[in-house]
Amino acid sequence: MSLLNLFNRRGSAPVARDRLQLILAHERGGAGGSDLVMILREEILAVIAKHVIVEQDKVQIRLERGKDVSTLGVDIELPVSLAPRRQAA
Amino acid sequence: MAKVLVVTSGKGGVGKTTTTAALGAALAQAGQSVAVVDFDVGLRNLDLVMGAERRVVYDLINVVNGDAKLNQALIRDKRLENLSLLPASQTRDKDALTDEGIARVMDELREKFDWVICDSPAGIERGATLAMRHADLAVVVTNPEVSSVRDSDRIIGLLDSKTLKAERGETMEKHLILTRYDAARADRGDMLKIDDVLEILSIPLLAIIPESMEVLRASNVGCPVTLNNPLSAPARAYIDAVRRLKGETVPMSVPSDKKSLLNKLFTRRAA
Repeated sequence: MSLLNLFNRRGSAPVARDRLQLILAHERGGAGGSDLVMILREEILAVIAKHVIVEQDKVQIRLERGKDVSTLGVDIELPVSLAPRRQAA
Repeated sequence: MAKVLVVTSGKGGVGKTTTTAALGAALAQAGQSVAVVDFDVGLRNLDLVMGAERRVVYDLINVVNGDAKLNQALIRDKRLENLSLLPASQTRDKDALTDEGIARVMDELREKFDWVICDSPAGIERGATLAMRHADLAVVVTNPEVSSVRDSDRIIGLLDSKTLKAERGETMEKHLILTRYDAARADRGDMLKIDDVLEILSIPLLAIIPESMEVLRASNVGCPVTLNNPLSAPARAYIDAVRRLKGETVPMSVPSDKKSLLNKLFTRRAA
């Protein structure tokens, strides 16, 4: 964001661009973004969401296949206050 | 050698049919023989946009099934004699389109015309994948709007995997036409900019079609915008697109309909 934008009201287009870039990075999959990672991400998110509100982009999941060992890295950024999930209407 | 071009988008209502009609007419005006083919079985509209809705006798499915010859189904445009329309069926469903039947019709069209432009239905189902299947190149029509860009990204993925060209291991030539673009709103930060869309979709830009009354006006009267008002901003953008498709180098611009300053002040739209 440029300095100018701090004074001007920021338009909605940059938000649209950022959201698109994020979702398409997910959907394109590509290298490393296997179905397994997508499924794990969704299920891990579902478990956490039972207790804490976490935004989708705050969950990073990496699956690295090594020769002898594969590692699954899950990195979840929790909100400052561990607010309980609001009851859905 | 004939070129088969698919006009596709994923999302509906972004301007595929308008683009098919406009490019077809502009190519025909440039001296090429052109067939525009409606693949939207059950929801045909290319006939209406071209002003030929009352002249439809046979359709694509009749030809695919062998109930009619291709020549019987092709409707020659009344304004341009080297422009023809192959309408979709309005009553049958998409399952009536067989792979072999479509392949045969496409081969026959390739022999008769310089350009075959396939107007894809929205979505990613059978009609859309069949429309792109035989294409040599694709025009992806996108609005500067999140849902349209996302769907276009999906369609680009299909163009690179589900087409005959992709299956042969060749690269599908893809071009972007950005429609309904409003430079003033993009400048104010209220609309995705051209560069944003290009960066996200990463396919080359063929044309920017500005938001314009002329597009609706042309479809109201059943005439491709490039014929109805060739000097209007969208028509000029489509005509430039055709020159690029034919290999010319044309500088990219966002054409605008001329407006005086006073006019601008009084017609400023609410965002």
